[in-house]
Amino acid sequence: MTALIRLEHVTRRFQVKRRPGTPGVLGTPSVPFIKAVDDVSLEIQEGEILCVVGESGCGKTTTGKMIAGLLKPSQGKIFYQGEDITTLKDESWKRYRLGVQMIHQDPYASLNPTHSVYRTLAAPLKRHWPVGSESAIRSRARELLEMVDLTPASDFLDKYPHQLSGGQRQRVAVARSLTVNPSFIVADEAVSMVDVSIRISLLNTLLRLKKEMGLAVLFITHDLALAKYFAWEGRIGVMYLGRLVELAPARQLVEAPQHPYTKVLLSAIPEADPDVTRTKEHIQLRSMDVPSLLRLPSGCAFHPRCPFFEGGDCETVVPQLTSFRDGGAEYSGAEGLGTAYSSAVACHPAQRRRQAGLVNETAAEAD
Amino acid sequence: MNQQLNEAPQGWVQHTAAPRTAVPNHAPTLSVKGLTISYQAKRGAVQAVRNVSFEVQRGEALALIGESGSGKTTMGLGMVRLLPSTATVSQGQLLYSRHNAGNGSVTGGAGEIDVLQLKGRDLRQFRWKECAMVFQAALNAFNPVLRISDQFGDTARAHGYLQGKDLAERARQLFELVRLDSERVWRAYPHELSGGMRQRVLIALGLLLEPQLLILDEPTTALDILTQRNIMDVLKELRQRLDFSLIFISHDLSLAAELADRVATMYAGKLVELSDVYTTFKNPVHPYTIGLINAVPTLTAHKDHVASIPGSPPDLIDLPEGCKFHPRCPLATERCREEEPELVPSTDDTHWVACWNWESARAQLNAGQKGASA
Repeated sequence: MTALIRLEHVTRRFQVKRRPGTPGVLGTPSVPFIKAVDDVSLEIQEGEILCVVGESGCGKTTTGKMIAGLLKPSQGKIFYQGEDITTLKDESWKRYRLGVQMIHQDPYASLNPTHSVYRTLAAPLKRHWPVGSESAIRSRARELLEMVDLTPASDFLDKYPHQLSGGQRQRVAVARSLTVNPSFIVADEAVSMVDVSIRISLLNTLLRLKKEMGLAVLFITHDLALAKYFAWEGRIGVMYLGRLVELAPARQLVEAPQHPYTKVLLSAIPEADPDVTRTKEHIQLRSMDVPSLLRLPSGCAFHPRCPFFEGGDCETVVPQLTSFRDGGAEYSGAEGLGTAYSSAVACHPAQRRRQAGLVNETAAEAD
Repeated sequence: MNQQLNEAPQGWVQHTAAPRTAVPNHAPTLSVKGLTISYQAKRGAVQAVRNVSFEVQRGEALALIGESGSGKTTMGLGMVRLLPSTATVSQGQLLYSRHNAGNGSVTGGAGEIDVLQLKGRDLRQFRWKECAMVFQAALNAFNPVLRISDQFGDTARAHGYLQGKDLAERARQLFELVRLDSERVWRAYPHELSGGMRQRVLIALGLLLEPQLLILDEPTTALDILTQRNIMDVLKELRQRLDFSLIFISHDLSLAAELADRVATMYAGKLVELSDVYTTFKNPVHPYTIGLINAVPTLTAHKDHVASIPGSPPDLIDLPEGCKFHPRCPLATERCREEEPELVPSTDDTHWVACWNWESARAQLNAGQKGASA
């Protein structure tokens, strides 16, 4: 099956402004740059949910933007339905851009404050939906609002963003992304600005739409508990300093994490239960300092902080994301990724243990 | 009374015109009584805090939890009298008690003042020396062109506190408590520090004058998970080593579960439930608290046990009649729609709730959820 979206060794560099007075003005070859995303390979199938989690600056938003076509990779290739998106032109380019829609974090900024809900939804409909008549567009807009649970729709059509709550605005943003019948949605921290009591209902709306319309969703978040909820049937990818360090089915990732960074994250998260959270064991990092993207540590970028640091290749060789299926069988590179039930980790000691078959049991339990 | 006044070690006591009474040593650090705050807006009065009463005991950590717009930040600002000019405190008392600062003096300054009556110099002394607040946006709380050392110097000077080497030494001790490298931080500008470091500098700065009460507004919001963990650990350790009460304002239930002794849940400007932290999470009785806990997915929770609260928070200008939660409450009855319940003791006098149906709420809601997921 051709993956809906496929990333092959995708890297994105950003140039950093040189401060005045720093050396290297004339003739030096090194323009300082950072790798916001470094050698990321993954596949997302039709109708699949993938959550990408990580701390700020780990490259998760940049990855989302590249998939949505808002940024170009510096290296590597992105395929949409098997086609390299840099080769797409005219009609096929348009099909890709319509097929992949983005929902942004802040619904206070992503909706035009001077446009009514109807106008917000009608603009893409008029442009891309070949029906034309005003009444048909109005009834389609009403349908879309009902799909995102803004009912009765007639109450919302003529409202302006300032008359809506944060949750309602985000629903309008979801409805807008659906106007062009996408097959893939990139949701970047789409519920972090929404009140806690209604986050889940917004996520449930997205899950229902995924089911009804066969949408695939890339959900970017910093909240692992939320990611587990949303990607219950899907996968979670963990990013650290631009690299994907672990990728596994959601529940398996949370219950039997393989990468030390994932383990540390999970141990640090407080739980909404005083008995659990006060007795939870927190894994201490070796250092609290997050390395600068300008001066990444050699080898595994996590090694200066890693509580399970073993020396040797941790310091010298960048670990590749390697996926395993049961029994420790190994395949490397983009080919093996995206297969529905494989889990992948980029950590030398974890890979050694996987190969030795030591963790088969825990993985089996998690399933 | 007079003797107390004369022997009071700090200037502010003598200057204050507020009513003061001698109180026993176990008086709460802060006692909020019937506080009501509203903002003037074009459409009408925004009723941000409505008749809120609670107490904070010496050394206690109280969490104020609620959604955005529930009035929790307004409460915090009200407690240090930093409300904007559009706000009116129409009712209430904020009674603050000073304990003897552990120096053996029996009479020194112990007494009760009403913070709402403080003026001028007394108010300035109350802030920071008695009660410090750490605000949400950690970068905006600093003057960007001053080094951290100067920010400490300003505060110390304004309150006639230590200067020069003594101040640096005191700051070094505080930085150690909040796990900061004082060599690096003391001469740094705010922009040279990460978000988590700035937050810890602010906590250290808040504790500089040894206040009895520290108010933290969303202390971990907008910080990364590992930084959040660090701040939580720092706060826990500080509470073990120093003697102060803590009020923290957050929408993050797990933070309350981690740090608080007691939890106060706010909804639409009112306290709807107040109890010790274990009761709040194990045996909540207000439908809103129950709903809020169920609405937050956790790492261990099964997907089917997470459920949203229907509807959205009310418009604070145009509040519904009766209980403000009734439009979203699955258990609402005729009485809920007409009459607003007050915060009263429920099972015992440590567990307070404002709900007509608290006795059956938990059983009914649990039964409903099981029915729905079956």
